[in-house]
Amino acid sequence: MKKVLTGNFAAAYGATAARVNVIAAYPITPQTTIVEILSEIVANGELKAEFVKVESEHSALAACIGAQAVGARTFTATSAQGLALMHELIHWSARARLPIVMANVNRAMAPGWSIWADATDSISERDTGWMQIYCENNQEVFDSILMSYKIGENPDIMLPTLVNLDAFFLSHTSQVVDLYSPEEIDAFLPSYKPEHILDPDKPSSFGALTSPEHYYEFSYKIQKAHEEAKKVIQTVAGEFQKTFGRFYGLVDPYRCEDAECVLVCYGTIAGTAKEAVDALRETGVKAGVLRIRYFRPFPGEEIRRILEHVPKVGVIDRSISYGNRGPFFTETRDCLSGVQAGLYGFIAGLGGRDVSLKDIQGMVDIMRKDTPNPLIWIGVKDVC
Amino acid sequence: MAKKKNDEKPIQYRCAGEMPPLPVSQGTMRVNKTASWRSIRPRIIKEKCKSCMICWKVCPEPCIAPTDPPEIDYDFCKGCGICIEECPFDAIVSEEEGK
Amino acid sequence: MCAEQAVKKKPVRLTLPEQEVMSPGHLACQGCGATLAMRYVLKSLGSKTIVSIPACCWAVIDGPFPYSAAGIPVYHCAFETAASTASGISRALSALGKTGITTLAWAGDGGTFDIGLQALSGAAERGENLIYIVYDNEAYMNTGIQRSSSTPHGAWTTTTPVKHYKKGPKKNIMEIMVAHHIPYAATANIAFPEDLVRKVDKAKAMRGTRFIHLYAPCPTGWKHAPSLTVKIARLATESNVFPLYEVENGVYKINRIVKNPKPVKDYLLMQGRFRHLTEDEVNRIQNEVNGQWERIVKLEQAFGNAPES
Repeated sequence: MKKVLTGNFAAAYGATAARVNVIAAYPITPQTTIVEILSEIVANGELKAEFVKVESEHSALAACIGAQAVGARTFTATSAQGLALMHELIHWSARARLPIVMANVNRAMAPGWSIWADATDSISERDTGWMQIYCENNQEVFDSILMSYKIGENPDIMLPTLVNLDAFFLSHTSQVVDLYSPEEIDAFLPSYKPEHILDPDKPSSFGALTSPEHYYEFSYKIQKAHEEAKKVIQTVAGEFQKTFGRFYGLVDPYRCEDAECVLVCYGTIAGTAKEAVDALRETGVKAGVLRIRYFRPFPGEEIRRILEHVPKVGVIDRSISYGNRGPFFTETRDCLSGVQAGLYGFIAGLGGRDVSLKDIQGMVDIMRKDTPNPLIWIGVKDVC
Repeated sequence: MAKKKNDEKPIQYRCAGEMPPLPVSQGTMRVNKTASWRSIRPRIIKEKCKSCMICWKVCPEPCIAPTDPPEIDYDFCKGCGICIEECPFDAIVSEEEGK
Repeated sequence: MCAEQAVKKKPVRLTLPEQEVMSPGHLACQGCGATLAMRYVLKSLGSKTIVSIPACCWAVIDGPFPYSAAGIPVYHCAFETAASTASGISRALSALGKTGITTLAWAGDGGTFDIGLQALSGAAERGENLIYIVYDNEAYMNTGIQRSSSTPHGAWTTTTPVKHYKKGPKKNIMEIMVAHHIPYAATANIAFPEDLVRKVDKAKAMRGTRFIHLYAPCPTGWKHAPSLTVKIARLATESNVFPLYEVENGVYKINRIVKNPKPVKDYLLMQGRFRHLTEDEVNRIQNEVNGQWERIVKLEQAFGNAPES
């Protein structure tokens, strides 16, 4: 069944299709319609789930943690300040190996108050152990939520996933989304059956005081799970493609095969970049786009395989790691170290500033004419 | 309390592969004999004991069996002395540990 | 079973349930009130209980990985999330159709009066189906005796040193919880375990958010001999420092009316944390305690059941 849906509705329908047992969420612009539609869906009985209407995002994730530890499949959604308030529990849920799925509407951090697109919120959660996906369109939001449960709940993985969608560009923009049939979805996504749960018949204590004798190995196991996840993501992507006809890998390369310059990007900027590349190709410029879907686990090998023979690579970051470079730039440079010298880092679109076709063509111009530069601000009004 | 469980063996992990993916504890703290914490040892004087079970009731470990007369499990008694203090019949005396 | 053991099994009269869910070998200090608290509560709740425990003494008492002393499933949760984690546990049990399991949130005074108050308020307002018990030892004992908003007037702690001891009364958590219109709120004291077990039994039989404010002395932080834990706890109620009462659906009932309350001074003198107090301060605390008791008596007169004629 196809419907015209905003990204937020796609996220809510994704959680519904996954038949989550417990939802705990708190409203924040521009995520609000996710909790509104889920409230309706639960109230209507379309989804048999408990919806905990908590008093903060912190409690939202805490409730998901408690519920998931009992063996429930849980879902939450937030944005920016809400994600930051959850921070402590973002670490907690990953270390507790609870495959919660959370939709995060990428929004800028205050002050000044901004409700517009910016990935700094989720990138600040980089080192927590969560897997992170950046979506390009609403179909991908819906599909990523379904796939994230299957990937995260794999016994070898047991990790939570953050599914990111850009504020307004996706959250409030309507697109056609194929919702498939419930039978197909149930066949794709089995019920959640974790090995370790809170069960009075088998009393265990979770997350107790852990000495240096053991803590280190738990950290090691999370890293191993991330490495294993790269394989599981590919396998699940294959299964998904077989059932639903769409393929989602770790990365999404577009016209990279013979490209002389490639723009690496994430989120909705990729759509504009692909269009810019099409236009550039018509003028004879061999350009390509490599959209990174998974920021964690970071697909370093895939990026290297695709980009190692590309003479010029530019990374567009809708975020900045203050005092250094764009975060995707530094990560991309890391995996290209020793093979790729022509690297450009672009900062663009912070706080919802539009990144236009012209901006992207300008980036390609810089890459073709100027020497490599790790930090180039696109469109900043620093000279009057 | 008198009944000992079979699962009182210390759990040892030789490598990460033997460990669960998360810190989930399935062993009992009964492996931890707290007797060494004790500097005084409560002793029940059977002749004075009326088996009122107040000592059983107030033991925070708990390591006093509700039998007639009550029996202290010295593997676990930390020597807090609450039983001595609370006994209405002065039937529990404090002895210096190790004597 | 040999004859000698059979003699030992001669039945004795117990005023508390015999079952022990919590095991010895735990890491509580000698004479720990919080440990007696858990022992008594689990005697009532039994093993069909899941507990969330935030950062507090019990995060340590239960034991390090891979061991546990509680005897029930324990979820160690973030400091401020006892009530919110328990909300999730309770909702998941409901969503998965798992019945007959009690959800317990078990936090210290810091995790309840201070950092966890928001989550507790949220859970109580939503009417989450759980029992929340705060074991109150009147300071952050696990981190080393720092003052909390439950620390009473006059007390020394490591952050309210003698020259600058805690000024002002402790927060009235019971009134805060009663203001949430929850079905059941009660105070209890480890020195009165029969009363405590009766209250937990009662709470267990109800639905919704049930709250118990459980008084639990800490020898380490209060600076008294471990052997005096129960004695001091008893004195707290006998001097009206910690009255025992319950509020069931808004109806107040004092559970223990002390005919001739002991002087508060007796209670204070037993604890090193009050050693620095002047006579004036002791009198002031006595007046505060009197005032607080009168208030509860008036609440019972106003909002208690009319006496049966």
